[in-house]
Amino acid sequence: MTVNVMTAGEVAKKVINKDALFILDVRNEDAFADWKIEGDNFDYFNIPYFELLDGVEGIMEKIPSDKEVLVVCAKEGSSVMVAEMLAEEGLTVSYLKGGMKSWSEHLEPVKVGDLKDGGELYQFVRIGKGCLSYMVISNGEAAIIDATRMTDVFLNFAESKGAKITNVLDTHLHADHISGGRSIAEKTNTTYWLPPKDAEEVTFDYATLEGGNVVTIGNTAIDIHALYSPGHTIGSTSFVVDEKFLLSGDILFIDSIGRPDLAGKAEDWVGDLRESLYTRYRELSGELVVLPAHFMIIDELNEDGSVAEKLGTLFVKNHGLNIDDEAEFRRLVTENLPPQPNAYQEIRETNMGKITPEEEKQREMEIGPNRCAVR
Amino acid sequence: MDVTKVLDAKGLACPMPIVRTKKAINELEPGQILEVHATDKGAKSDLTAWAKSGGHELLKDTEENEVFKFWIKKG
Repeated sequence: MTVNVMTAGEVAKKVINKDALFILDVRNEDAFADWKIEGDNFDYFNIPYFELLDGVEGIMEKIPSDKEVLVVCAKEGSSVMVAEMLAEEGLTVSYLKGGMKSWSEHLEPVKVGDLKDGGELYQFVRIGKGCLSYMVISNGEAAIIDATRMTDVFLNFAESKGAKITNVLDTHLHADHISGGRSIAEKTNTTYWLPPKDAEEVTFDYATLEGGNVVTIGNTAIDIHALYSPGHTIGSTSFVVDEKFLLSGDILFIDSIGRPDLAGKAEDWVGDLRESLYTRYRELSGELVVLPAHFMIIDELNEDGSVAEKLGTLFVKNHGLNIDDEAEFRRLVTENLPPQPNAYQEIRETNMGKITPEEEKQREMEIGPNRCAVR
Repeated sequence: MDVTKVLDAKGLACPMPIVRTKKAINELEPGQILEVHATDKGAKSDLTAWAKSGGHELLKDTEENEVFKFWIKKG
């Protein structure tokens, strides 16, 4: 019948609302096995587009008639072709605009809380890749933490809130995605804060972010307290915002903990990771709401699409915080680690300013899930 | 290598490199070799998987100056 277009934003809404959707993914089988659009009520059928060049008759019985159907491929072209073939067979289907590339890049802003004196804290959920960025807004000023490469989203959002960006911070040197921090700081002529121990090889100027630093946003002092918490990287720093929120970077997630092997040797940093999680975080209030830099699985999303949980709850429920035996903890985070994120060495070099790939190359480098955690 | 036919698929986006390759290979006899030039970054994984599923043999592939070249023997 007809072919419709569905945007990544529309798919994101379906994930958050737990809507039903049938996804016909026409990428290669290994690409599908590696990374796909996850949703609680999504059903899937994967067949590479090149198996369908002679027609779609063979798969018609696999396509349900009582569900919305979305055809997905890497960049869009093949999904349009397959969607048109299905339409000729009498189905009404959609294709994903921009394919998995646009799914990887979509950011969904979700408000996670109010700060004192009218301030607000927003989480930007990169739902396709599992990256989380943050914006602290107070009295016409904004700070951005762990920004992704899609800098326009942050610049436009701050403008829509009438806020001037005054500080840009990264909790650590990222290995799974290209940071937008430096670019935003350059465009807005503001300070870019990085933990110096992660930044020894960077080729640009930055402000050194160290434990005990206080960055104030707005006149009413929504303070960001930096807390040194190494383990995922040697420089990893957490932030306590407004004494209410703990931005844990890649140290602590909702249902997992940070892996220590992406920037060095796991054996070297496992002790730091344990110290950060089992000693430094234990000294903080259990009432703090943990806001991590990633999620791994869609179950970690709350009803409103946010990723947040009280520290006290995580001390009870997060398996990685409940391994009493140090040797067992050491085994968990150094053995049987999942594969590393796609192109993680090149991504680290990009974030250090050592290489500057073209935008298309940057997109390719970021394909796939973030893989920064160990469960 | 005794190449029977050369297909220029440079500048074409997915799915066209495979669509053209399939058409070109249909015009060959089993055992003959098709050389394909493409610039689409997905071409390598797609052509490899396509050749395998179609019973053809990917003899060799190279990348030079952002041009991918493939030599496929019809099965």
